[in-house]
Amino acid sequence: MNYQLNHLRELESESIFILREVAAQFENPVLMFSGGKDSILMVHLAQKAFYPGRIPFPLLHVDTGHNFAETIAYRDALVERLGARLIVGSVQEAIDKGMVTEEKGYNASRNGLQTVALLEALEQGKYDAALGGARRDEEKARAKERFFSHRDEFGQWDPKNQRPELWNLFNGKKQFGEHFRVFPISNWTELDVWQYLAMEKVELPSLYFAHKRKVFERDGTLLADSEYIPKKPNEEVKEMMVRCRTIGDITCTGVWPSQATTLEAIIEEIATTRMTERGGRTDDKRSETSMEDRKKTGYF
Amino acid sequence: MDYQSSELLRFTTAGSVDDGKSTLIGRMLYDSKSIFQDQMEAIEASSLRRGESEVNLALLTDGLKSEREQGITIDVAYRYFSTPKRKFIIADTPGHIQYTRNMVTGASTANVALVLVDARNGVVEQTRRHAIIASLLQIPHLVVCINKMDLVDYNEAAYETIKEDFEQFAAKLDVKDVSFIPISALKGDNVVHRSEHTSWYEGPTLMYYLENVHIASDHNFIDTRLPVQYVIRPNTDEFHDYRGYAGRIAGGVMKKGDKVMVLPSGFTSTIKKIDTIDGELEEAFPPQSVTVLLEDDIDVSRGDMIVRENNQPEVEQDLEVMVCWFNEKPLQPRGKYTIMHTTQEARCIVKEVRYRLDINSLHRDLENTQIKMNDIGRIVLRTTKPLFFDAYRKNRITGSLIFVDEGTNETVGAGMII
Ligand SMILES: Nc1nc2c(ncn2[C@@H]2O[C@H](COP(=O)(O)OP(=O)(O)O)[C@@H](O)[C@H]2O)c(=O)[nH]1
Repeated sequence: MNYQLNHLRELESESIFILREVAAQFENPVLMFSGGKDSILMVHLAQKAFYPGRIPFPLLHVDTGHNFAETIAYRDALVERLGARLIVGSVQEAIDKGMVTEEKGYNASRNGLQTVALLEALEQGKYDAALGGARRDEEKARAKERFFSHRDEFGQWDPKNQRPELWNLFNGKKQFGEHFRVFPISNWTELDVWQYLAMEKVELPSLYFAHKRKVFERDGTLLADSEYIPKKPNEEVKEMMVRCRTIGDITCTGVWPSQATTLEAIIEEIATTRMTERGGRTDDKRSETSMEDRKKTGYF
Repeated sequence: MDYQSSELLRFTTAGSVDDGKSTLIGRMLYDSKSIFQDQMEAIEASSLRRGESEVNLALLTDGLKSEREQGITIDVAYRYFSTPKRKFIIADTPGHIQYTRNMVTGASTANVALVLVDARNGVVEQTRRHAIIASLLQIPHLVVCINKMDLVDYNEAAYETIKEDFEQFAAKLDVKDVSFIPISALKGDNVVHRSEHTSWYEGPTLMYYLENVHIASDHNFIDTRLPVQYVIRPNTDEFHDYRGYAGRIAGGVMKKGDKVMVLPSGFTSTIKKIDTIDGELEEAFPPQSVTVLLEDDIDVSRGDMIVRENNQPEVEQDLEVMVCWFNEKPLQPRGKYTIMHTTQEARCIVKEVRYRLDINSLHRDLENTQIKMNDIGRIVLRTTKPLFFDAYRKNRITGSLIFVDEGTNETVGAGMII
């Protein structure tokens, strides 16, 4: 007999279990969709978890207003295909309403403001569980994150007040006003995600594949040339073959020189690369513990 | 890498503070080329700042800020690496004396436990504690890494003494598969690369062991158990009468056509179909997440369990449980708790504490039976409704449960049904 799953099928099974657990334990969950490969993976897994039923929760996109055009096109096509409900939380709106103030200057990013728009959208929808595509291998501060991550009524994460998780048993009980962030793909690495997307032949936004783009270099990172990022006088725009390893707000998503135009080529590239994917995110570079600080205030 | 045939192995690491656990993990990541350049640069810079002459590999597994400030690790951290043969998930649990709770958490899903021993100190209280937890939690394989062999001149006698000591002690435990490996995490001996200094040692390196240990039988493939997690009812024209019972198989192999029984109702039926989005499966096994359809229209909901008619779990309201307590507030005799077990929930009352287990000596304390944070003991429960379970020894999924405080909703303890 050979009853042994390969590692990708085992991860898949674990994630499907978590997704179903969320549907069973919470009244009003929502899936946070950023347009990146991790949230595309989550949607793919959710389709599997509830087949032939529809995914029993809406998708929430927190829109910074500074997107790659490709992201929005992909998102809209996906939502249409799934017949899913899409909710958009807008950072622009939060700025217009005076809830937050826009950063100024060359390194201005709307990433920090995203937290406010996210919390606002969660509160408005009265969601009691927000599914996120964060992975533990992404960043040190995430290595101890739970699958079910408890947040107090202010959306804050307290590393000392997290529940132990044993076996297959996930405790989603909460007081009124509290909610959970749930991370079904916690145990996947970047390489696992790509291998799985290749195995499953999942369609991805073109940004992930090598393409010609106008870029410029800042602090050792290549950024896409865009109207949203003011350039310093000495910053020179050149055209290169690049691709994204993560997709987020255009102002802080680094692009990488690459010739990889297929998933297999991407896997090959990642297996031999010497840089973590977050190495390209300027928001993480601000301080050694910046992710942890952002987490405490409610960013994932 | 042929990633479609690579398996997943989960292991825990435990050792007393300073036995070299962080260094060992760093070494495994480094020698298996799982460290990225930017991570390496970050720890080089930290090592320099701390005035260390060599790159400190232990910094790779460094955790959260507050802990960094306190200089201790106080929670389970998960790490990932892979080789062409397997993907590994490390549950890195701190050696700090109070944190039995973390060790238990990490151990609950592990295939393998690594226990570190400092070759100079031999088997100490903490070694015994870790072995006892591995045994209680039924981790299928245990590896004793005798570390810092460089500090005892790679002496065979030192290794043999520790091995014998440990074996003598482990004879009292319920561990099936124990191995011993002499290593130096700092110098790299027998971690990924075979040591030139231990010609007397004929066993595998640690990495070879982890890549090859037989884990295919770690699940129970005998006793069919499907705890129903969620009922899928699309209510669309195309799938009008579809009722799928979704769940993760906890034991046995399910096949189309199997005669099954649903608990607690006791109704019997036949498996009509094992469904996935990619088509039907002929059979399914742990730990697959599947959707099962039955021939008959019977009432099944979350918390029910689908089993074979001729192989049923125990159905009881009175349970004997080994409990590990996690909360500052001790276990309350006569206390009421919510318990979560497979996909069902019940309330329970603690009828009796039989004994508190001294996890250094295995002594059963019958007098002082208060179960405080990080204590382990044997208790008797009565539940509000019957649970369907197997002894934990037989099945780690259907034999485990957690205790939830009814006031705070915190997970306050973990139990293994005897
Ligand atoms: N000589 C020698 N020192 C070691 C070895 N492994 C770890 N150490 C040292 O022991 C100390 C504690 O190691 P660390 O990995 O931080 O221990 P932890 O507390 O178990 O994580 C550090 O100074 C390490 O450099 C080894 O194999 N040989």
